[in-house]
Amino acid sequence: MNAISQTIQAAPLLRVSGLNKWYGHVVGCRDVSFELRPGEVLGVVGESGSGKTTLLNCISGKLQPTSGAVEFDTSRFGLTDIYGLNEPDRRRMQREEWGFVHQNPRDGLRMRVSGGANVAEPLMNLGDRNFGRMRQATIEWLERVELDTRRIDDKPRNFSGGMQQRIQVARNLIHGPRLVFMDEPTGGLDVSVQARLLDLLRELVRDLGLAVIIVTHDMAVARLMADRLIVMKGGFVVETGLTDQVLDDPQHPYTQLLVSSVLQI
Amino acid sequence: MQNPPLIVVEDLAKTFVLHNADSATIPVFEGLHLEVGPGECVVLAGESGVGKSTLMRSIYGNYLPTQGAVRVMHDGAYVDITKAAPHSVLDIRRRTLGYVSQFLRVIPRISTLQLVMEPLLENGVDPQEAQERAETLLNALRLPKAHWDLPPATFSGGEQQRVNIARSFIRNYPVMLLDEPTASLDAENRAIVVTLIQQALDRGAALIGIFHDHDVRDAVATRLFEVNQFKAAA
Repeated sequence: MNAISQTIQAAPLLRVSGLNKWYGHVVGCRDVSFELRPGEVLGVVGESGSGKTTLLNCISGKLQPTSGAVEFDTSRFGLTDIYGLNEPDRRRMQREEWGFVHQNPRDGLRMRVSGGANVAEPLMNLGDRNFGRMRQATIEWLERVELDTRRIDDKPRNFSGGMQQRIQVARNLIHGPRLVFMDEPTGGLDVSVQARLLDLLRELVRDLGLAVIIVTHDMAVARLMADRLIVMKGGFVVETGLTDQVLDDPQHPYTQLLVSSVLQI
Repeated sequence: MQNPPLIVVEDLAKTFVLHNADSATIPVFEGLHLEVGPGECVVLAGESGVGKSTLMRSIYGNYLPTQGAVRVMHDGAYVDITKAAPHSVLDIRRRTLGYVSQFLRVIPRISTLQLVMEPLLENGVDPQEAQERAETLLNALRLPKAHWDLPPATFSGGEQQRVNIARSFIRNYPVMLLDEPTASLDAENRAIVVTLIQQALDRGAALIGIFHDHDVRDAVATRLFEVNQFKAAA
């Protein structure tokens, strides 16, 4: 009882209520509601077409929902419906307080400028004009994501897929966001590279106390990264709960199928 | 009233429903009551399949009971772990409720020493102190020093189990759940674990354990609890 009343009292970082998205007659996601607390890592799992990415796009301000509200605890306005903000304010909030790690680094990086410039750009967007300080911060972040700092001026295409993904991670964390969205961040990588990136993400999330919403179809990624899970099917949330409880004692038929379909090695 | 129980299990029932196997239902137990106070080591007894691990996992919040409550004394008040929000279950596990499973969930790339220190670091213990305590414990458990900087993925079953034990006993959890912590250990290492358990009891921890090894069970148990007496009708 104690814990439940605390949950209600603590101000959420993000509150999604009654979210619906239709593409014409085709359903994207239906009646999704949840809250995210500061420092909490939420995994969204489900198969392709279950509405995971639609949900992520709606709550990250990229795709206007058909109905429902997405409220974020902005530093300037407090808890505010992000689609109620005007375009410049919303973009500023996204730049200052959020990060978004795409599955394909090409979607999250600017391929024509150097890796270092990619990492430094968010600082510049926030008005920093001190080149020496930005370069120093960039070097520190390249080290944090375990990249060779001598390659700061190389173009992204000259890095491997795993390295590109680490550049993207640095670019999305350097400005100190409070909430980071991740869409299958390890999706396109070899397993060994995937393990390294996951460890790195896990450490960074813990050290920085980040709130994260991570979309994945990989149950092992979900178990390693997420505090709690949302399971989606056909646009609906069919089950939610503590990550290990959902994976070890799934209640919904679909979650049971999903968990039992994972191959053991 | 002097020593209120640290764990109160009330009217607990668990039935598994396998939706993808013609919705087969597997009743495990029902109407289960159990209280464990400070300094008590309750050993769950009964043959294989009777629901000992299911009960333990339900107490840890890993399984979702069908009915009933599991109240854990956390920060001086009872919290029903079966109904608590995920973040508060995690907080209870971080500070109150330790769990030693039979198997170590290995995280790639993280060294044994780091893994053992982690529960202390999460609770804000100074890294230097955390490292000293981890080294003391790994020494006591006779894990070769050459292993400390390696991730435990390639260790033998007994070595992994000792890492797991070190990781759980490094913090003085008020309540500990022990799911066959000595299953793959030799006699000498079992004796060390028995000592760790007795030390935990001496400082007033409440323990619930599953031990198939009768020597270990006899050495640590203050009471046996037959899970069978609450068997649910099939």
